[in-house]
Amino acid sequence: MARVVGSRLARPDGPGKVAGTTRYVADLHFAGEWVGGTVRANVARGLLEAIERDAAFDFTRVVVVGPQDVPGANVIEMLTLDQPALASREIEHFGEPLLLVAAPDEATLQAALAALRPRITPLEPVFDPRASTKVFKEIRIEKGDVESALAGATRTFEGEYESASQEQLYIEPQGVIALPPDENGVVTVHGSLQCPYYVQKTLVRALGLPAEKVRVVQEATGGGFGGKEDYPSILATHAALLARKAGRPVRMIYDRHEDLAFTPKRHPSRVRIRSGVDGEGRLLALDIDVLFDGGAYTTLSPVVLSRGCIHAAGPYRCEHVRIHGRAVATNHVPYGAFRGFGAPQTCFAIERHMDHIAAELGLHPFELRRRNALRLGDRTATGQLLKESVGAQAVLERIAQRTHIDTHPWRAPKTTRKRRGLGMSFFFHGAGFTGAGETMLHARIALELDAEGRALVRSASTEFGQGTETLFKAIAAEALGCEPDDVLVAQPDTHAVPNSGPTVASRTCMIVGGVLARAGRELAARIGGNGPFRERARAFVRSGGDSRVEATYQTPAGLEWDDKAYRGDAYPAYGWAADVAEVEVDLDTFDVRVVRFWSAVDCGTAIQPQLVVGQFEGGSLQAVGFAQLEVVTTRDGRFQQDRMATCIIPTALDAPDFTTDLVEVPFSGGPFGAKGVGEMPMDGGAPAVLAAIEDALGLHVTRIPATPEHLLELWLAAHPEERL
Amino acid sequence: MTPEVTVARSLDEALAALARDGAAAHVLAGGTDLMVELRTGRTRPERVVDVWKVGELRGVREENEGLRLGALSTCAELLRDSRVASHAPLLVAACREVGAEQIQARATLGGNLGTASPAADLNPALVALGARVRLRSRRGAREVAVDEFLCGYRKTLRERDELIESVLVPTRPAHERQLWRKVGTRRAQSISKLTVAVALAFEGACVSAVRAAAGSVGPRTLRLATLERELVGRPLSPALCRSAAAACARADITPIDDVRSTALYRRHAFARVLATLLAEPDGVPACPPS
Amino acid sequence: MKLQFTLNGERLELDVEPLRRLLDVVRDDLALTGTKEGCGEGECGACSVLVDGVVVNSCLVPASQVDGCEVVTIEGAGFERVRQCFLEQGAAQCGICTPGMIVMTRAWAERCRREGREPGLDDARTALAGNLCRCTGYGAILRAALDAAKERP
Repeated sequence: MARVVGSRLARPDGPGKVAGTTRYVADLHFAGEWVGGTVRANVARGLLEAIERDAAFDFTRVVVVGPQDVPGANVIEMLTLDQPALASREIEHFGEPLLLVAAPDEATLQAALAALRPRITPLEPVFDPRASTKVFKEIRIEKGDVESALAGATRTFEGEYESASQEQLYIEPQGVIALPPDENGVVTVHGSLQCPYYVQKTLVRALGLPAEKVRVVQEATGGGFGGKEDYPSILATHAALLARKAGRPVRMIYDRHEDLAFTPKRHPSRVRIRSGVDGEGRLLALDIDVLFDGGAYTTLSPVVLSRGCIHAAGPYRCEHVRIHGRAVATNHVPYGAFRGFGAPQTCFAIERHMDHIAAELGLHPFELRRRNALRLGDRTATGQLLKESVGAQAVLERIAQRTHIDTHPWRAPKTTRKRRGLGMSFFFHGAGFTGAGETMLHARIALELDAEGRALVRSASTEFGQGTETLFKAIAAEALGCEPDDVLVAQPDTHAVPNSGPTVASRTCMIVGGVLARAGRELAARIGGNGPFRERARAFVRSGGDSRVEATYQTPAGLEWDDKAYRGDAYPAYGWAADVAEVEVDLDTFDVRVVRFWSAVDCGTAIQPQLVVGQFEGGSLQAVGFAQLEVVTTRDGRFQQDRMATCIIPTALDAPDFTTDLVEVPFSGGPFGAKGVGEMPMDGGAPAVLAAIEDALGLHVTRIPATPEHLLELWLAAHPEERL
Repeated sequence: MTPEVTVARSLDEALAALARDGAAAHVLAGGTDLMVELRTGRTRPERVVDVWKVGELRGVREENEGLRLGALSTCAELLRDSRVASHAPLLVAACREVGAEQIQARATLGGNLGTASPAADLNPALVALGARVRLRSRRGAREVAVDEFLCGYRKTLRERDELIESVLVPTRPAHERQLWRKVGTRRAQSISKLTVAVALAFEGACVSAVRAAAGSVGPRTLRLATLERELVGRPLSPALCRSAAAACARADITPIDDVRSTALYRRHAFARVLATLLAEPDGVPACPPS
Repeated sequence: MKLQFTLNGERLELDVEPLRRLLDVVRDDLALTGTKEGCGEGECGACSVLVDGVVVNSCLVPASQVDGCEVVTIEGAGFERVRQCFLEQGAAQCGICTPGMIVMTRAWAERCRREGREPGLDDARTALAGNLCRCTGYGAILRAALDAAKERP
């Protein structure tokens, strides 16, 4: 009988956050610290000829770092090595870093930056991904015989779907403070980040140091959403280069403008779908083409594309599937990780396509989804056999009970000026790294007892709002049989915690939490006995027992993945969910107000239901914004929304009332039956909102964000008599 | 680099500082615009006169000709003042949609006028109300219609030594309806894509006088002459509301594409919003007849 | 200029540039880092503080304008109940918007009480619309705000 799983623990990070005493990186100061800044390219593509120095500025007051000052390799190591830490000749995107400057104060820094003027010969940039000739990654998934199935289908359909970029807009901008080498030659970076070991890997390469000489410490982090998965590696490298040369701590805390203008956002996408169905609306074939704009460098595009492609066929059974995906280079600022990681784009496409099929067949969208939903024993697009924990039908039933979406007269004609509409989406999301990722990563954690008999969890999994610390306290306490207050969670610090992997990919609960649960059970067995945990643990420590357990991820038996053919078990388990959105569209302004939003969610056992709901509501609001409110556009390779005044996200008045129902279908491979939930809400919001807009207006919209401007244009095309 | 700052404690101190020779001074009121401009370096004034503590610029007074509003009246003060509520509900409605609470606490009437942004939400309301701005300098005082005062993109008739002292909202006619609508990028804390403000006086069923203005659909706050002409002397039939709004959207505004919206959207949404506003004033966030 | 003001109940006198942002005075000069900078242009509300009982974005307020004023930051007294409501509802996730949210919630709750108004959800949404949160979807924050406004002192 679970004692802690399913309970509602107080967040250990809560009291400091509500009191304002929690220290974020901008709140920290180190003796003798200077501030760092970046000289950037002012064109999207070109050749750097020189950087002229204004003779009026006294450069002895500052420290300048150029490519020649990089002691290791001048690269940012992520998936590949194509991105320089500082560009020396070829400029591939607007704002590309060229030089770094450290100065004693902000005014001197700004004066120095203004006195360094890059001279660049512009070259013709490529902004249209369809015109790109450079492919970062190509993926082909093949199942069955798509062409024959299409030829034999009762009806076939085609659609093209586009999504624009999206800004993570964590409220705390990117920031790090780098310290120069200490007496042992160890370089330390404190930062707002999701993945301490990613940052360490990049620093090792650029600084030419062994891993033990590079220490990365995660400070309290004010939101990430993927935006602090990759970019902190760049910022940390810059700050560390400056600290090394200046011989003093250097802080680089971006202001909002620099953060918005130059850090990665969601990949813009174009997805084409051809489908064939039988007389009952059952999917016979899906032919899907996915194109992502990767921006100027590889960064994480190959794995974003991978997740996007694997989810592209949606949570639907279909015997004949072909998915062809490409992530290509352009001269945009590199795109990167954002919650959902490629899946929101493809999920949007397939869900809109399902609504299209439903409308064409005269079949209710709910019924179409119910008929085609994956079931236990089915195989996914990659051929993965679904052996357990498939909540597909359960979430559909629950959302229908809650909202009666199944009987809602979708697209019924309406006459009022403010039009209400309801729409749904149905989606799944794989938890953990794709394919063999977890096996290769080999996540490690440590669990140890202190002299007081308290258990300390050591992992690199970071807290940035999701509730990682609370979750780990709950899992450890349940596994150890102790009180949650007997568990402490160590600050992620590469010198103090083993590498449990990055905090991404909906993997913290299911993967790292699973390792932790195993470690907890092992430690509990070692301690043994009965009675209060603390007493037993103290006695065990005093008796000299081995009070530290290290545990590593073990691939569940039977999981197989062929990375060449893109076939097999793409993820250990999937979360399943259905959303319904209710909108009100004002026919004068085409403003879309999302009034209410319901979700039915299977993420396995909810270790901490309050955290799950927090993740789902927060993620859903980001998805609601992605659908219709949040606009990111570029001009000559520059993001046009480079201030918070123009980069719009929902306020409390723009947010709907949320209702989130948990439908728990446990997974035997997860801790106490848990799966993952972090990214999933990002997948379903946009198609649900667009379906609701379609219900309200009768317009089949295939592009997001569906701004009032876009809706008006579509409306006028459908009602030319209303054109002025 | 750092501007020279005069923190004025009285109207005399402020006017003396403005009258000094040398570079023209920037006036600082609630700071919602200038503090951002200074931070980003878009504005680099040599001198700043901070008038926030000048008591003579505060307060609301009833006068024979109408309601006099101090230039430092904040949105928050205006929307809680019962005299403003009964006299100029249009202005209250506009104040309510400026930013959110923190901005409403700091954004001032004088700041809106002085900055003269085409997106400043209070200015169309003031133009529709036929308000007059009082400018004071050591040379004396003068009054200018707000409509004329806002003479171009971020341009006003204020001379460099003058301070916006107050605004007079004239006494209202017996039978009047005041209408307001803002369309922003979101439901709060947003810069407008378009605003429209209309004051309609009636004699019997017929419109006897109209003043109307719009924001964010041209380089400055625009007076809607076509609309005014179309409506005067006629009863507000649904057909007239539609045709006058469409004629106005064609003739009176010059919207552009920018980071917030498009010209096409602004023109069409403007016509649609205006038609609805005229025809069903209760169905939109308009103001009840006073 | 010589600046005299009361901060969290303590009278202070500082020598500052008149246009220095109140945010920098509080965070850098006085090392009270509970007030956060999210945007530096009055859009996000993370830097909300009370000046003479009114919530303002401290990134937009020049030091000269708080001369003689009473400034209260999240470190000040009187936030206990609102904090407790935020904890109970799980309204703090990443926590960076939380101090500003709590400052605004307190001001709103006190206003509801003062004006004898029944606190409502739409009213809470309007009051908190100048404080952006990217984690929660606002649900938990609004529930916490309603709790705070309903509880009696």
